[in-house]
Amino acid sequence: MALSLKIHDVSVLYPGQQKGQQVSALSGVNLDIAAGDFVVALGASGCGKTTLLNLMAGFIQPSSGVITLGDFQGQVPQEVSRGAELRDQVTGPGAERGVVFQKHALLPWLNVLDNVAFGLKLRGIPKAEREQRAMHFLELTGLADFRGHAIYQLSGGMQQRVGIARALTNDPQMLLLDEPLGALDALTRERLQELILGIWQSTRKMMFFITHDVEEALFMATRLIIMSPRPGRITHEFSVDFGKRFLACRDARAVKSSPDFIALREQILSIIHGDEEAA
Amino acid sequence: MSLFDEKQRRAVMRTFNELRRAAPAKPGEQYGAPGNGSSVTLSLVTIVALFALWYAATNGGWVKPLFLPSPQAVWMQLVDVSQEGFADQTLLAHIGWSALRVFGAFLLAVLTAIPVGIMMGVNRVARGIFDPLVEFYRPLPPLAYLPLVVIWMGIGEGSKILLIYLAMFAPLALSARAGVKSVAIEQIHAAYSMGASRGQVLRHVIMPAALPEVLTGMRIAIGFGWTTLVAAEMVAATAGLGFMVLTASKFMATDVVIMGILVIGAMALLFDLGMRWLERKLVPWKGKV
Repeated sequence: MALSLKIHDVSVLYPGQQKGQQVSALSGVNLDIAAGDFVVALGASGCGKTTLLNLMAGFIQPSSGVITLGDFQGQVPQEVSRGAELRDQVTGPGAERGVVFQKHALLPWLNVLDNVAFGLKLRGIPKAEREQRAMHFLELTGLADFRGHAIYQLSGGMQQRVGIARALTNDPQMLLLDEPLGALDALTRERLQELILGIWQSTRKMMFFITHDVEEALFMATRLIIMSPRPGRITHEFSVDFGKRFLACRDARAVKSSPDFIALREQILSIIHGDEEAA
Repeated sequence: MSLFDEKQRRAVMRTFNELRRAAPAKPGEQYGAPGNGSSVTLSLVTIVALFALWYAATNGGWVKPLFLPSPQAVWMQLVDVSQEGFADQTLLAHIGWSALRVFGAFLLAVLTAIPVGIMMGVNRVARGIFDPLVEFYRPLPPLAYLPLVVIWMGIGEGSKILLIYLAMFAPLALSARAGVKSVAIEQIHAAYSMGASRGQVLRHVIMPAALPEVLTGMRIAIGFGWTTLVAAEMVAATAGLGFMVLTASKFMATDVVIMGILVIGAMALLFDLGMRWLERKLVPWKGKV
């Protein structure tokens, strides 16, 4: 069954500073993500990107609207009735939706290898097998030599890579990534962009990827959504294929310096700057 | 007319400004970190100086032995009581009885207070029930409820162990509860997103995250235990370090009193060193993440 995720008219309200006041973190958000989609959310701080991710992960519940998880075979019901879809409603986190956190959220009492193999251990997979699968992703993220290290012995960028390897090892059907590459140096960042694209291509996992970086957003996305703050909402959506082009030619620089890439980058930058001036 | 000329005034101001700033960092140190540098030498000097003062004051005849016996007299008592005994018990028997009471109560407290504290941290019902009880009795001095404990439990070992147990229960339970609260919500979310059950989150995330606080709580609790020991041994004890000190004070045997205090101090110190070693082994990540 191919997984899909549907967000229907979702709003999130937080209690504000003053009594009785409510702050709208997200307002009237609609988004359907199907298998094979690589959705990248781009926007200024405070536009509700992380709130949206937390909703999908099941860490928070919407104030109104529904989020459902299931197989819609591309057919989205016209009317979402809560009763009919209660079965598929997202009410909490699940192993089919892996999360890479903004701050690594690793377990400091486990070494690198045990952190990466943690999800498999929870499922009772034998030690030899889970370590073999964890090593595969440690090698892909360039951390094989650090498998025995303690978490606090690693740099911030390496800790972030352990977090990515941990989510990949658990093999979820959907990956939710909250600015996963923000803390990395430029070189590692590009390598991991390509790694994540490669994994997406070979597994067709659904991806929801948050970033501040316009170039990264354009390079990775099949669908690029731009969000705007106060209240948080989706204002634009672009369909792009630079990631696919990269996977065909394996030349990131050529893709990122192509005229249509640059033109679209400038267009998106002007949208974001327009938002900032309006705000 | 100024007291200093301009050059002197500048030099004074420069010195003053230098004193207002922290000293430059030595290799391996962070500039401005509070309490930089090793304090071991100063501690050793303090101990040696105190000991020398004690030796001089007693051997020089500045104070009467009744108020402060000499180090030699205390050492003599240590040897004498270990061989001959005091109040019909050897020093080893006194130490053994006290250790049995303190560590027996400690074991019971660890086995009950830590689960209660963890329950208080993770469960609203347990917190609601235990919070008023623990918070009410926690500030009470053990001497205040000692009579009640004696009325309930009699004058045997039960009342002594219960008194020490009660003194240890609150710090242990509260540290376990604080430990549960110290876990990052992202760590819990990460575990759930990898398919963990509630039990697995408790076992593999919350309990290890609480361990540093629990170990600190154990160190504090054992300190409370030694503090309460003397009170517990006030009632109908025939052996124990607290009993020995109290009995010696009735006979004005100040040298035995000081010897007993030093033995209690040494035992508490040894246990604390052991706990610190255990901390380094069990929670090397403490304070680093």
